[in-house]
Amino acid sequence: MAVIAPTLPRVRAFRLGDHVVAWALIAPALLFLVVFTLYPAAATLVQSLYSTPLAHRPSHFIGLAHFRQMIADPTFREVLANNLLYAAGSIPLSVALALAMALLVDARIPGRGFARMAYFTPTVLPLIAAANIWLFFYTPGYGLLDQLLNRLGLPGVNWLGEPATALWAVTMVAIWKQAGFFMIFYLAALQQIPPSLREAAAVEGASRWHSFRRVTLPLLGPTTLFVLVNAVIGAFSLVDSLFVLTQGGPDNASNLLLYYIYQTAFQYWDGGYAAALTVVLVAILALAALAQFLFIGRRTHYR
Amino acid sequence: MHRRNFLKLSGASAVAAALPTVARAGKVIDLPIYYPVAVGGPIAKIMDGYAAAFHRANPGIRVHPIYTGSYQDTTVKALTALHGGGASAPKLAVALSVDIFTYYDQGVLVPIEDLTQGDHAWLNGFYPAFLANSRLKGKTWSVPFQRSTPVLYWNKTAFKSAGLDPDRAPANWDEMRDYARRLTRAHNPKSATEWGLQIPSSGFPYWLFQGLAIENGQTHLAAADGTRTYFDSPETIGALDYMVDLSRKARVMPAGIINWGTTPQDFFKSRCAMMWTTTGNLTNVRKHAPFPFGVGMLPKHKRRGAPTGGGNLYVFTNTTAEERAAALRFIRWVTAPEQTADWGMQTGYIATSPAAWETPALKRYLAGFPAAAVARDQLKYAEPELSTHENQRVTQVFNNALQAALTGQKGPAEALKKAQADADAILQRYRV
Repeated sequence: MAVIAPTLPRVRAFRLGDHVVAWALIAPALLFLVVFTLYPAAATLVQSLYSTPLAHRPSHFIGLAHFRQMIADPTFREVLANNLLYAAGSIPLSVALALAMALLVDARIPGRGFARMAYFTPTVLPLIAAANIWLFFYTPGYGLLDQLLNRLGLPGVNWLGEPATALWAVTMVAIWKQAGFFMIFYLAALQQIPPSLREAAAVEGASRWHSFRRVTLPLLGPTTLFVLVNAVIGAFSLVDSLFVLTQGGPDNASNLLLYYIYQTAFQYWDGGYAAALTVVLVAILALAALAQFLFIGRRTHYR
Repeated sequence: MHRRNFLKLSGASAVAAALPTVARAGKVIDLPIYYPVAVGGPIAKIMDGYAAAFHRANPGIRVHPIYTGSYQDTTVKALTALHGGGASAPKLAVALSVDIFTYYDQGVLVPIEDLTQGDHAWLNGFYPAFLANSRLKGKTWSVPFQRSTPVLYWNKTAFKSAGLDPDRAPANWDEMRDYARRLTRAHNPKSATEWGLQIPSSGFPYWLFQGLAIENGQTHLAAADGTRTYFDSPETIGALDYMVDLSRKARVMPAGIINWGTTPQDFFKSRCAMMWTTTGNLTNVRKHAPFPFGVGMLPKHKRRGAPTGGGNLYVFTNTTAEERAAALRFIRWVTAPEQTADWGMQTGYIATSPAAWETPALKRYLAGFPAAAVARDQLKYAEPELSTHENQRVTQVFNNALQAALTGQKGPAEALKKAQADADAILQRYRV
């Protein structure tokens, strides 16, 4: 609008038409946004304030009772804590791995195309298929990991069946799945850095590490922030692997917020409480998106 | 039941029922039926074949089998479609027999007595053990279809190399533990298998555990009206003590959670010498075990025992009187002795009526494969599977307790007492 504004006085007669055209242009996007995002979000908020209807007991307004129930619900606390651990484990590792892979395939190494494809493959696989591959890796006895351990003379580990390892086993799958996706952003950013900057640093006698730390890394700042925000969103929404690997077990040791919402809504048929849990999840994701707008918007001057 | 009563009971469909119930010539009644695939084998192909055969015998009715994933997915999809309404919603479904309360509480079930209009003596043709999970408030809400029960499979080659009689299953708990000890390499370096025994505990550990609980004298884990559980009885706690000790004290079973899905694979690869799993796996094991194997009843303790399991046929309230008559026709056809016998032979599910076992086809099959009769013979000791109001939530509470004990997070008594308290809190509002 700011661009059009100076020309407005001359076309005043058509202003109404402009508005119609503008609205017509954003209408399709707006429609989809309302139907698939805004309305469901609002409906969820409303539903969270009503009790779950049963055949013999219709739904009625209960205010914040679901949220009070949530505070007292030990499973909710457990899945939230698990989800924070899952985020704390998967985000830094997948981002660091993505950067390392991007640096490697950005350099002139033999078989670069193949390496890029190999790193990106996990991203293309459906998560359920990927989880089935990992299910084999983790299988006690003859799974890939236990075979490796046995060859080293070490005893096998029941990776998915012990509370101490189940959550980390699931986290590994998320890291493996996401790192290739983030690598693409880093690769694009690396290729936009003018070679002259690094050449200048080399002429000044900077070591490769110094050049990376002082030149490359700061220039990748906006990309890192973008990737981080996406990783946070992923940590709360990529839970499909649980359906295959652990079903949240043993005893909720690997259960995550979104999977708990699924259980509440479609196994326990408690739609009201599931809606309240969804409100919490949406709030977390909205905070992540807000962070993206605030920080990335401010730091684009690096580009 | 008289026609007058039928009209009164079926409420919403009373108007439709008043119209002529005989299908008009040329009009075909469509019956979409949701079904899950829970065992190996070409289930979808068999189902489509049955639908085609039924249509040939009954040109006025066309049954549409619609594959809907696992049991869990099937119930999710059926209830979602029924709540959404519309023409594509299922008229019937094959769903877990224990989901009776889930459907009943949503008010979507037509009792079988309403379908049969008085003639329901045929229901007595099923094994009583299979009907136990169908009855509620004096009515029958589902018809036994793909039913199973857990059995013990053992590797005869491994038994022989450990000096055990390869043709004899362990008869009781002590014997199973002793056998398993001799079949575990850590205790017997000459054992052909790494572990003596696997009782899977992932996903739904309550089912196999229920076998132990029944054998220890806890006949039912829940009251028949689904409002009370017996998770913390001394018998239930004793059964969990035994199960936990198998891995943590006797060390004859792998520690931690044992995966349900990979256990048959573990058995084929001689990782374990004995496994507990569903009789629905029989055809799979017969096809893939690279060694001679035996099938036995679960070993007894204070008594013999096993839970029933598997899925039943349900009819939903979105049906017209015509559709209900057609649904009944299909149910009678698909559970008739010849059909039931065929279903059992093709899948490994237990044929659900004694009459089916008298058919020539099944007799021939048994003569060549006597192991198929073990599950049937075990039925006289079988008890209904755990089922309550809010079934999935209560079962989840129980599963979590079992897993907490099996992984050493909590002692069996502590875990089960907490599960009972949680179940009481959930079921409180259903007690009148």
